[in-house]
Amino acid sequence: MEEIDEIVGEFLVESHENLDQLDRDLVALEQEPGSRELLSSIFRTVHTIKGTSGFLAFTHLEAVTHAGENLLSRIRDGKLALNPARTSVLLELVDAIRSLLTTIEASGGEGTPDHTALVAKINVLNADEADVLLDVSDSAEPAQVVEPEVKTAAKVKKAPKVASDEVAVLSAAVAETETALPARSEEGAEVQTEQRRSIADSTLRVDVDLLDSLMRLVGELVLTRNQVVSYAGIHGDANLTRTSQRLNLIASELQEGVMKTRMQPIDNVWSKLPRVVRDLGLACGRQARLVMEGRDTELDKTILEAIKDPLTHLVRNSIDHGIEDPAERVASGKPAEGTLTLRAFHEGGQVTIEVADDGAGIDPEAIASKALERGLITKSDLARMSPREVLDLIFIAGFSTREQVSNVSGRGVGMDVVKTNIENIGGTVDIASVLGRGTTFKIKIPLTLAIIPTVAIECGGSRYALPQVSLDELVSVNGGEGQQRIEEISGAPVYRLRDKLLPLVYCRKVLGLEPSEDDGPQYIAVLRADGQKYGLVVDQVLNTEEIVVKPLSVQLKKISVYAGATILGDGRVALILDALALAQTAGVLGSDRGKIMELEETVSETIPLETLLIVRLGENGRTAIPLSAVTRLEDLPANSVENSGGRQVVQYRGQIMPLVWLSAFTGAGYVEPGERIQVVVHSNGERSVGLVVDEILDITDADISSLDEVHAPGVIGSAIVDGRITDLLDVSSAVVAADPAFYREALAIEQAQLAVGV
Amino acid sequence: MSKQFATFELAGHLFGVDVDRVQEVIRNQTTTRVPLAPSAIGGLINLRGQVVTAVDLRERLGLPDAGPDHLPMNVVVRTADGPVSLLVDVIGEVIEADDELFESPPETLSGPGRELVLGVHKLRDRLVLVLDVDRAIDVSAVV
Repeated sequence: MEEIDEIVGEFLVESHENLDQLDRDLVALEQEPGSRELLSSIFRTVHTIKGTSGFLAFTHLEAVTHAGENLLSRIRDGKLALNPARTSVLLELVDAIRSLLTTIEASGGEGTPDHTALVAKINVLNADEADVLLDVSDSAEPAQVVEPEVKTAAKVKKAPKVASDEVAVLSAAVAETETALPARSEEGAEVQTEQRRSIADSTLRVDVDLLDSLMRLVGELVLTRNQVVSYAGIHGDANLTRTSQRLNLIASELQEGVMKTRMQPIDNVWSKLPRVVRDLGLACGRQARLVMEGRDTELDKTILEAIKDPLTHLVRNSIDHGIEDPAERVASGKPAEGTLTLRAFHEGGQVTIEVADDGAGIDPEAIASKALERGLITKSDLARMSPREVLDLIFIAGFSTREQVSNVSGRGVGMDVVKTNIENIGGTVDIASVLGRGTTFKIKIPLTLAIIPTVAIECGGSRYALPQVSLDELVSVNGGEGQQRIEEISGAPVYRLRDKLLPLVYCRKVLGLEPSEDDGPQYIAVLRADGQKYGLVVDQVLNTEEIVVKPLSVQLKKISVYAGATILGDGRVALILDALALAQTAGVLGSDRGKIMELEETVSETIPLETLLIVRLGENGRTAIPLSAVTRLEDLPANSVENSGGRQVVQYRGQIMPLVWLSAFTGAGYVEPGERIQVVVHSNGERSVGLVVDEILDITDADISSLDEVHAPGVIGSAIVDGRITDLLDVSSAVVAADPAFYREALAIEQAQLAVGV
Repeated sequence: MSKQFATFELAGHLFGVDVDRVQEVIRNQTTTRVPLAPSAIGGLINLRGQVVTAVDLRERLGLPDAGPDHLPMNVVVRTADGPVSLLVDVIGEVIEADDELFESPPETLSGPGRELVLGVHKLRDRLVLVLDVDRAIDVSAVV
């Protein structure tokens, strides 16, 4: 019960705010009737109230707003013009909504108000014929000419009879409301202020600006504290030291406290969603289960408020459009109950929120033809668009793929709101969809106004802050031996970190600074971005520091590699590096396709992504070797290959390593080796085997869970990786081909396989 | 009618900005360079806890570089997006100039500087080039 009250309370507070805005918007709209922005904003507000009142079962409110929304939708689409009569009726609608809200606030229910007259009036104005009739009175004041207007209407003989009948109803309604409304709304206003206070009592609304300025002051205090502490250290005065330590403590606590006033777990927003899913599921006849991961991910209050509506819209959308009917699901081999997964986590100095369903997915062709039909794009536009861009069309205002307008969503209002709201706080929305498998929306929000732990690094003589959220570990690379562990694969530097290959980005290079001159020690910051790891090579690692993120000015916002700026303990300004943008700028992450694959993975938990080493065998055969099976990559002189016991071997790290030529083994065709051979070393304990390949092409992440069968020796199957058909090597059979005794324990089985395979 | 201008020097030229736009004038500050930024961005400075972008006016106006030993002063101006600092050589005084002495920029003025100068005030002893602050800080056009 309490929960429902809370929901209603929030709905009331929110709706009152929205209505104030609506009043202003409508009046502004009269000044500039063509403004799509204002119309869209008004439409969204009414739509939101309608949607929520539907959930909360306020049927009167829903009926009234639904009528208003119909009218607004036609005005927005340019099918009807906005004239004073329509504006008045919309303002009346606002008053009616307000009085309903007041009743709800006072009694908890809607009571038995009669809005049929208003609804009828709206419907009349929604009819095209009404245009003709009412435009006549445009020049005069609508309030005073109710009577003459009807006469005019009666005189216009060409108007159909039905329409003039409706106008008669309308005139009665207008007359009634004209007299009744002013008194009622005044009275309503009084009750309303009183009631609003009682609801507002439980929470304290603090101006965000005030919190911002508190935050700024605390930042200042922290800096001053740092200076005092270092000054006290120099002086060695016992009293001063004691006092400064105390100051230190208090400043830290204050900082934490102010921070906390702004941070809230995302669960505050999510906790309302299970009910939304349940009610909506019932209303649409869908079965859906809601899974939430990362509920305690903390977000700045401002951000949390801003994402509330978009998130609710996305969830509604997933239930209404994404997840299919239970019967349909069963028919396509899925469980009757759909799964909607919400996931929130910090990544690369950003907060990522995913809304994923395992529903029907979005058909780009359906989107494209709908967009053409609506005239949102032209055929030549479409020809130039990538599948991804086609999917993005759903974010355009006025787009909806549903034929029928439903009560829940499907007017094409949701998605453009989602995008606008998220972009307003500097975030992005990405959509990935696999037909028949589901859709994932990925919202990324940058962090601003927050204090975050960072590591200060030095690069090219300047200091930068790296957010610790994206930092996995720090590796020191000393000259000499350490340097040797930085190698190149087709021109791209990689580092061997515990037998795994880590793609590298040189900080100096990506920032366009002059390369380091000395061969001294360097450091690799192992960073995580978009689910992948890479190493950032920096000159120095300095210290960890809690910093206040300050936004960059407009002149610098376009430079994506900076997440903001901050002021370090010594008062200097340092730029905050964005791990994800750095990787994208340097191009170390998988291609776009790889990313979609990764998103696909989030749609259904069952698709694991595997990191693959892509090699060339023969003239142009592409073969993938799981990176987990790769211990090292070696570039050996061809004349180091010797024969021993009928096998080809090389001396490697004081041992004899048998080799297998993969191009011959898989039947890809023999290519005359050059002066050097490329060897993929696979080790197990002391034993190593060298797989000779013709060229090392790339490292990439791909989904290899569903392979097409290939009847070739040494190949498990083939898959499309980065848009090209790639065979997946059967590593164990290749290894056994080189060294039958390699897997001592499973020897017998391996040999049996070998007999079958080769 | 007359207007007040805060003046400063750049490579021997006297420039002026509307005194109402000037928030404050501060001496040389440690600036943090911003790699990948347009060349007219002089860096970032710490203005009492606020990170403020500094525009290198010499670079912006196409004037010669003053060399590494040059310590520019900061003229902090108010803009719609918060304060921005203009890096200048020397701070001059606040002058009062009569509107009648105002002329559009001379034809001889060329280079990127021309579009950033609103006009010229002819003082008794020298000329003051009136800077278009909003254009000067809009470095998006320059790379």
